[in-house]
Formats: sequence, C-alpha cells, structure tokens
Amino acid sequence: MKQDIFHIRENIQIAPGMYEMALEGDISAITKPGQFVNIALEGFYLRRPLSVHDVEPAAGILRVIYKAVGRGTEVLTGMTPGETLDVLTGLGNGFDIEAAGKNTLVIGGGAGAPPMYWTAKALRDSGRKVTAILGFNTGKEVILQQKFADEGISVVITTADGSLGTKGFVTAALEQLSTPDYTFSCGPEPMLRAVYDALDCGGQFSFEERMGCGFGACMGCSCKTKYGTKRICKDGPVLKKEEIVW
Amino acid sequence: MVNLQTTLSGIPLDNPVIPASGTFGFGEEFAPLYDLNILGSISIKGTTREARFGNPTPRIAECTAGLINSVGLQNPGVEKVVTEELPRLATHFGKPVIANISGFSIEEYADCAARMDQAEQIGIIEVNVSCPNVHGGGISFGTDPAAAAAVTRAVKAVTKKPVYIKLTPNVTDIVSIAKACEDAGADGLALINTLLGMRIDLKRKKPVIANKMGGFSGPAIFPVALRMVYQVYEAVQIPIIGMGGVSTADDVIEMMLAGAAAVQIGAANLVNPWACRDIIRDLPCRAEYYGIQSLSEIIGAAHETKHG
Repeated sequence: MKQDIFHIRENIQIAPGMYEMALEGDISAITKPGQFVNIALEGFYLRRPLSVHDVEPAAGILRVIYKAVGRGTEVLTGMTPGETLDVLTGLGNGFDIEAAGKNTLVIGGGAGAPPMYWTAKALRDSGRKVTAILGFNTGKEVILQQKFADEGISVVITTADGSLGTKGFVTAALEQLSTPDYTFSCGPEPMLRAVYDALDCGGQFSFEERMGCGFGACMGCSCKTKYGTKRICKDGPVLKKEEIVW
Repeated sequence: MVNLQTTLSGIPLDNPVIPASGTFGFGEEFAPLYDLNILGSISIKGTTREARFGNPTPRIAECTAGLINSVGLQNPGVEKVVTEELPRLATHFGKPVIANISGFSIEEYADCAARMDQAEQIGIIEVNVSCPNVHGGGISFGTDPAAAAAVTRAVKAVTKKPVYIKLTPNVTDIVSIAKACEDAGADGLALINTLLGMRIDLKRKKPVIANKMGGFSGPAIFPVALRMVYQVYEAVQIPIIGMGGVSTADDVIEMMLAGAAAVQIGAANLVNPWACRDIIRDLPCRAEYYGIQSLSEIIGAAHETKHG
C-alpha cells in the first residue's frame, strides 16, 4: 500500500451516471488487475474505494471508472483536471492471472465491467485466449465495448432489456461461446452467483462490501469462506471459486 | 526539547500515543507502513475467550466527521491471540502491549484475563465492558456500577498485571461507573468507547447497518469524550487513558489537559493509516507552541485544583 497525492488529468462522463477519471501519481503499488484504490474526498470521513480500470506505467497514469451512486461519488464527478486527490493505492489481492487456463472467459456486470479491461489485457499478454462478456441493464449503459475490441479481445454484450446485444443477463451469452476452462468475474453478487452456478470450470470472483479502512485494519468487510473468515478489502476482493460460501 | 514521556501504572511510555483497540488489528497491516516501535503502546484487537466472526455485514456506515461500526468483536479467540498474534506482533513491536478483552459472562472475562496474564508481552489488561455491538454481554456490564465492579474484581483476582476498565459513554452517569470500578480495585480507566448510533439508507429506506445500530466514532465525538475524561478525572485517583475522536497532536494535548495520562487513537488510523506516526511527529512542535516542556506535567492541568 502506498499513499500519494494524485493529479486529475481527465474526468469525463462515458455513459449515464458513469465517469472515467485519469489520475497521475505514484502507481508503483498497483501490481495486479482487480486491485482497488481508496480515494479521500474533502468533506467525507471515509475514503471511496474504486476498482482499477487500467494503468499506464510509462505515464504514471491510473484510470478508474466509477458510477455516481451517492453524495461522495457525485462530488467526484464535479472535480476537474488540475485538482488533486489523496489516494491509497495497491489495495486488495487482485486477480491471480497465473491460475488461468488457456481459454479464459472474463465477465463484467455494470460497474463491475471496468476492472475486467486490464484483467483481459493481462490474460491476453500472458498468451491466453480471452473472451469477454459485459452485461448491462440497457443499451445506453454499455461501456468499454470499443476499448475491448480495439485491443483485439472478442466481447459479447448483454443487456437485460435486449436493447443491445444478447437479451438477458451475462449468463445468457454463455451458449454462444465455446466452453471456457477458467473464468474471472466482477459484478453484483447475484451475477457472480449465476456465473458460479452456470460454469463448471474454476474461476475467480471479485466481491463488493461496505468498507471502513480498505486495508485490513477494521474488520468491517469480513466474510465467511470455506477457509475461514476473510476481509474483502485485504484478503479479497477476489475470492477463488473453491473458497466461496454463498 | 519537549519531554513526551508518560506513565501508566508504573509502565513508562515513550509518548502517550496508543492505537485504540479495533482500529489497528494486531499491528500486522501497519508494520509495513512505519516502525511500530515509535508508538507508546498498542491496544490490540478486542479478544474473547472463543473465536467470533462478529455481526453480519454491512457493518460500516459513514457519518459526518466519523463512522459507525458494528463489527461485533470479530477475533480468533484468546488462545490464538496469545500463541499466534502476539508472537507475530513481537517481531514488529518490542514494548509492553495492551490486551483488550471482552466477554459475555464474568467467567469469560476472568478466563480471558487469566490467559492474557501468562503472556509476558502484555503490560496492561484493558477490560471492555462497553462494546455496543454485542448483545447479552459487553455493554451490559458497563452500564451498571455493580456489574462493572464485579467484572473488575473477577479480572483483578486472576492477574497481577494492571487492569484498566474501558467505559461506555452510553450511560446517564459515567462518573458513578468509573468510581465503582476504582473502588473494586481497577488500576486505571480507559474512556470512551463508541457512542451508540445509527444511519438509514435513503434509497432503500432501511438501516445502513445489518445490525441496525452500531458504535459511532471519529472526530465528531471528541468533545463528548473530552468532557467525560474531564468529569471522571475529577472523581477518581487512578490514571485515565483518554480516547474518542482524537485525530491530531493538538487533540492529544487537549485530552491530557482534561486528565488523560495517555491517549488512544482510533478511527483516525482507518482514514490515514499513518495517523499515529503523524501525531507523534507533530507532538513536540505542537507542545512547544503551547509552551509545554513535559507532557506528563500537563495531565489534568485544565482542572482548577490538581489532585494526586
């Protein structure tokens, strides 16, 4: 974990209620896709945990994509390039890319889609075949489709209302794809559960919980696993399939 | 050169700054961030006789200038704390540690204290009779003078280590509880634990926290904590560890003026992992600014007549 004052380089709306922010600072503690950062906001006591969307090591840029869900993230939407943020980086275990098989499926749902971008790129760079399913409620909310395509990663879009791509939840896209031998998922818990139930292969699932500190001190976000109590912020947010207790 | 040293029941501390129980785990998350040996002491995660998962999640809610937690004494149980956590902490921290213990019966408090008594690292046993997050225990011992005294006596009977009783602010008259503990043989007091609080999620229209209510801490409660330390200092002769929203070196000095011999830092560790280091760094400069040469000399100095 490191703390640094990051400079906002970009903060733009990319879909209704969804924003992408580029931050410049010390990103050396961010080592794995699936990790998160914790951002202090003036006027709010607790930091805001946001998943890492991407990093650009040469430029020292961290990218986060966040949903305006409350007063804190709403304040974040109003911040402009040139302003600074106090950020704790390198939080959480992240995805263990090495555990993946040769034919890997990454699945992201809604605000869980952004961290799957770096995850998919890392899998591709390690020589694995990667396919992505990104699920949203409606076509207007679809993000990242082009970015995945630009990286040469084949992506299937699902929308619950069928206004874009395959109609239904992310699991509705499974039958169009060859059976994967490993999967990485991030999204709302019902989505994670549906993926867990639908696929026989091994995988890793990124969970969300209300956090206090974000680095393992307060025990606010503990969960039960088959291997004992774990902290979502420190021992997670990524849990392996075999340890999950629903 | 400002003298930061203070003393708790004959145990010298290099400075009065102690991370508060439940905000510092067993030191493991903070050891990579700074040298823990700069701390006066460490109050370790609240420990019970048996292992506990704690309360269901969500168990954190943000508030203006603070947070509510309903962790509910998650801990691996006293045996694992003594045989696994304390040896690991010893690799990072070489000074006497404060063991924070809790229970659901007087026997559990005594059993937990007796096990902690065998651990050489433990300098002080801090008895939590004030956790607002566990039902049928904890706080029920801290809201009644006779029950608090009974716990004090039971713990005193099984240990030679100094016993400090950690008090709850969720009472009508904290002074009567403090005096009952002193009369029952407590070597010191620690106050305050969290204030019982609540938040409701406006979108779901239901309590944010699964357990509905929890303990409110953070800078918002500092004036309440300071007032209670001030009141208790007037009524007892035993040393007080002051805590509640302390976030800066100035807060530490203010708490000591009210009567605290040492000061615990809680919620601040969660939002600034380097909070204790920063406070210790700032203390000499801030003390000098206020014309203070020795911190131990200002304990209770805000009172009209000093006792002791």
